[in-house]
Amino acid sequence: MTRAATSDTFADNARHALADPALQGALAFVETNFPARRRAVVDALPEFEALRDSARDIKAHTLAHLDLYLEAWEARVTEQGGQVHYAPTAADANRIVLDICRAAGARTVSKGKSMVGEEIGINEHLEQHGIVPVETDLGEYIIQIRGEMPSHIIMPAVHLNRHQVAADFRRVHADLPKDRDLDSAAALLNEARATLRRTFLSADVGITGANFLVAETGSSVIVTNEGNGDLTCTLPRVHIVLASIEKLVPTLEDMAQLVRVLARSATAQEMSVYTTITTGPRRAADPDGPHEYHVVIVDNGRSAMLAGEFRDMLRCIRCGACLNHCPVYHAVGGHAYGFVYPGPMGAVLTPSLIGVDRAGALPEASTFCGRCEEVCPVRIPLPRLMRFWRDRAFAQHLPSPVSRAALAAWGFLAARPWLYRGVTGLGTRLLARLGRVRGRFAWLPLAGGFTATRDLAAPQGATFQQQWRQRAASGPERPRPRTVPSGNPHGRGSEPLVAEPRAAPAPAADRPSGRPRPVAVGEPERPRGPEARP
Amino acid sequence: MSARDQVLGAIRRALAVTGEEPSRRKIVADRLADHPCGVIPARGQLLPAARLALFQKRVELVAGTVARVATAEDVPAAVAAYLRADGLPPAVRRGADPRLGAMPWEREPSLAVAVGASAGDDLVGVSHAVAAVAETGTLVLLSGPDNPTTLNFLPDHHLVVVDAATVAGDLETVLSRLRDTWGQGGGPGGLPRNVHLITGPSRTADIEQTLILGAHGPRRLHVILVGEP
Repeated sequence: MTRAATSDTFADNARHALADPALQGALAFVETNFPARRRAVVDALPEFEALRDSARDIKAHTLAHLDLYLEAWEARVTEQGGQVHYAPTAADANRIVLDICRAAGARTVSKGKSMVGEEIGINEHLEQHGIVPVETDLGEYIIQIRGEMPSHIIMPAVHLNRHQVAADFRRVHADLPKDRDLDSAAALLNEARATLRRTFLSADVGITGANFLVAETGSSVIVTNEGNGDLTCTLPRVHIVLASIEKLVPTLEDMAQLVRVLARSATAQEMSVYTTITTGPRRAADPDGPHEYHVVIVDNGRSAMLAGEFRDMLRCIRCGACLNHCPVYHAVGGHAYGFVYPGPMGAVLTPSLIGVDRAGALPEASTFCGRCEEVCPVRIPLPRLMRFWRDRAFAQHLPSPVSRAALAAWGFLAARPWLYRGVTGLGTRLLARLGRVRGRFAWLPLAGGFTATRDLAAPQGATFQQQWRQRAASGPERPRPRTVPSGNPHGRGSEPLVAEPRAAPAPAADRPSGRPRPVAVGEPERPRGPEARP
Repeated sequence: MSARDQVLGAIRRALAVTGEEPSRRKIVADRLADHPCGVIPARGQLLPAARLALFQKRVELVAGTVARVATAEDVPAAVAAYLRADGLPPAVRRGADPRLGAMPWEREPSLAVAVGASAGDDLVGVSHAVAAVAETGTLVLLSGPDNPTTLNFLPDHHLVVVDAATVAGDLETVLSRLRDTWGQGGGPGGLPRNVHLITGPSRTADIEQTLILGAHGPRRLHVILVGEP
């Protein structure tokens, strides 16, 4: 079965995450570090946007012909002496891997980083059956010894600081001198390197993931920086590749296109250190490499995604750029999402894998700012897909009766512009009058969730629509309708409610009018098209 | 129903296809046979001298080092010089590559040169790349007895000999050459077990996003670039 999830308690998870100072310190790094570094490396390649189009088209083409590319790939793997195993479900994949390990008489398994391995819970399955899996990617090793899920799909231990890691190393590496220096990241790395080197050399089976499967050559491709993936697939007698069906690409040239956008989007590198194309087991004359090469090709819900709007999600190449640019991820980190795929890509993928009834809170946890789609190397319309999940959750009566009633009321109003204008105009005037003195509200009925942590600024002046009409009537230029990027119904320039942190009220002297800075609190924009319907 | 039929059947139902459509089969067969190139960045499309300079610059930008020598005969001296400069013991391990074998190692009498795969106790590995990519400073190595994969990953120092004539502007050019040499998958003529694209020494930033060289693979990557364009 797919790994256990706690996505249904997202709200509680998020509250705990917000109150965790160590986590908040670690997340601040992500927010400041990654977007700037990605920007720099993207700016250094004029063809980057064209490469994103190319990457999107390659994946879309492959998905549309996935059955045929799978057959072509499988035939090549077999010709080269490899073995292909089809796993319709996570349980099938776990069983197949265990059977291969048992046939090899394996006691220890070294592992390269594999997100589908995390998804199906392969480590737990092997452990339950007496086989010891050892993660060898530094981040994965750290979370394995802590018994945690990855909090990021590229940097699994990004939620930790080095002092936490040092404490775990002292606990687990109990045979090493107690007084050793583990103050720096370099010291921690050296200790892990020495420990894991023994694992590499003694493991019976090596399990890696795959970034790509190349149909033309029957190859699997891993993209790494540490070199652990290559040691994992070279030193043991048996190499098992865990790969989901959407990893297929047609040719080596297609792989080359995707590699260009992957490294830049994932780690702001021009090229990852090791891109390794693996085809079959060791050849007769080879002095090293495994004697057996198996690929377990995992469906686990993906074929169903091909049928509808979520096919776009299968283009994902797991770079993590959407996480690195997501304000919700920056605030709560990866574990709050309750499953192995966090951030915007997880908010779309996780409901497909474990059901929207259990993961419906994830697509709700979005500001729809649209940054994820702006940086996605294969141009997945993530906000639009999250909205599809919201629609489905609503259609399945999953939200609470109160929120359903509120949405129904809003929908009733929004579909009747004259009524909408009347009600919001009245409400705005009422709020403006009530909030005249302080300029903001510390509490409002029905808005307790919002005002619990911040004030709501009191509206002033006319509603947005009123101002818009005035401008249209008086201005020399006719206002042009703004084009809204797909997936972002609010566009970039819309004026949100301005919330002020309660902790730092500015002195009155700064505000001669006694009011907060100019705010146009009015109606939300009218719904645009069918997507915007609640 | 076999698991294979189950997965392929589910895919075909979702795509609303049978898999027998001649038009779809032709599209896939053509794509595999024609392997069209996508967008090739202009960066690497240079005349040979500038291409080599770009290659050297890109290797250095990813924390590798480069030594240039005139001919293959100069390689053993360059290897010895690297070891001396780093204060390393005069011992290396290399594969059976005939290009490496033909080099005058006897001119460095104090240098011990072992041949074969590494079992993990070598400090320095020497390999010969099949090609390199100027666009990204990437080395291309093939597994096999000539250049065993273990030499790329187990030693602390990896020294890679590159023939200047094999430095291409972009990765696609190299992949196309590999295809010409090794055939398009299929039968014993397929690719070797591993094609390694190596760009700089091993590294990690998994702890506090602090970049450290020498994660599980080599701590240093040194390129010996042979010849002029």
